[in-house]
Amino acid sequence: MNDIERDKKYNDYVQAKIPKTKNFPTLIYSYLVGGIICLLGQGIHDAILAIWPQVTQEQANVWMLIVLIFIASFLTGLGLYDKIGIFAGGGSIVPITGFSNSITSPAMEYKKEGIIFGICVKMFSVAGPVIVNGVVISFIIGLIYLFI
Amino acid sequence: MGKKLGKQTIMLDHPAKIIGNFSIVGEKEGQGNFASYFDMILKDDKYGQKTYEKAEKKMMLEAIKGCLHKAHLTTSQVELYLAGDLLNQIISASFSARELDCSYLGIYGACSTMSEILGIGALLMDTGAYDHILCATGSHFTTAERQYRYPLELGNQRPPTSQWTITGAGASMLSKEGNAPKITHVTFGKVMDYNIKDVNNMGAAMAPAAMDTLITLFQDTHTQPKDYDLIVTGDLGKLGSEILMDLMENKGYTLGKNYADCGQMMYTNNQKTYQGGSGAGCSAVVFNSYLVDKLKKKEYKKIIFAATGALLSTTSSQQGESIPGICHAIIVEGA
Repeated sequence: MNDIERDKKYNDYVQAKIPKTKNFPTLIYSYLVGGIICLLGQGIHDAILAIWPQVTQEQANVWMLIVLIFIASFLTGLGLYDKIGIFAGGGSIVPITGFSNSITSPAMEYKKEGIIFGICVKMFSVAGPVIVNGVVISFIIGLIYLFI
Repeated sequence: MGKKLGKQTIMLDHPAKIIGNFSIVGEKEGQGNFASYFDMILKDDKYGQKTYEKAEKKMMLEAIKGCLHKAHLTTSQVELYLAGDLLNQIISASFSARELDCSYLGIYGACSTMSEILGIGALLMDTGAYDHILCATGSHFTTAERQYRYPLELGNQRPPTSQWTITGAGASMLSKEGNAPKITHVTFGKVMDYNIKDVNNMGAAMAPAAMDTLITLFQDTHTQPKDYDLIVTGDLGKLGSEILMDLMENKGYTLGKNYADCGQMMYTNNQKTYQGGSGAGCSAVVFNSYLVDKLKKKEYKKIIFAATGALLSTTSSQQGESIPGICHAIIVEGA
């Protein structure tokens, strides 16, 4: 049975009926948590520069990212990062810590299917699109850079 | 042999008696609204197993064991095992059948499995060929999440229309003889698709199927919703059951206080499952605890049990297909 008009009417009815995500509190929570993660990053960066004065700004940036990735991965392992995510939404997905969580969580999840077919194959099942898009966009920007 | 009424309903000559029932649930479900009715509540969702898939299979085996015990039967007296679950190639059902020594039919009906297998079992019982038929199904939150959605530890948010796949398994023992609640009518549903594509809104996808099956049942049996003590759907959830009530109202059938949904009732509001429970185990554990108990105690005389299912796969939804819904109904009368 296929009735386009009936389906459209039903979909409109359902759309009007479904509960919507509350925008305002969600924005506040993600802003707060996202901000705290950025503040933490800045703190780590400044601390590295304070402890090792010979380190350059660029090197400190790289180390800061590594530390943040480690912390997120570690919290994922402890089963805490998803709890932050429920509360924070985009606030904990967008920073690099979210990227770390999206790689660690499938690696943990698919461990039981073995190292090759489980961990290695599935590790990028969530983060894969980010990497592909990252590579493609940097390629395009590289091309533009070449010609201007 | 049974007699066909109207379009889709079969009235059984010899109603199948439900002489044994058992429900086993996970920790979260054990803190929900039905806690005092379940036979067994797990402390650990992994149930001492290495993987969650193994835990799901063990839950089904435990439900079978408990059901046999309550029916005072031994494994050798079971002639046929009907089972299904949500996992690819219904592994929990087939792997649990490995431990039994009888004929086995594996059935995939998504979350509508419980009423589907009870219906099939009752019909087969009516042929007179079987004395005891065992029906079981279950689901596990974690195995369903990894198959249909994301890794457990991924820090994403669930949309407000989503439901929570329950961890639990239920088993019923059908028998030719005995003084127990009996299945008198079976209505196998049609697949209904109103072009809902949102995989996080299963209630809306399944509600039209529930409406179609219920209305067909009322027409075929010349009854009205008020003729039943309870009309219970499987896992439409809060939103889905509201939609069903609206759909039925438009067709001239009012579902009143005698209507309920297993998924909607499963958890308390504090458990933050949004629209309630879902999964093959959802209707199975409610039927095999609360509903059969009430029928046995004669608090309910006649109920409609209509489990609902969404017949999608991850592949179909990624390819942009809409979600077909199904609903099978059985009429169960108290002893």
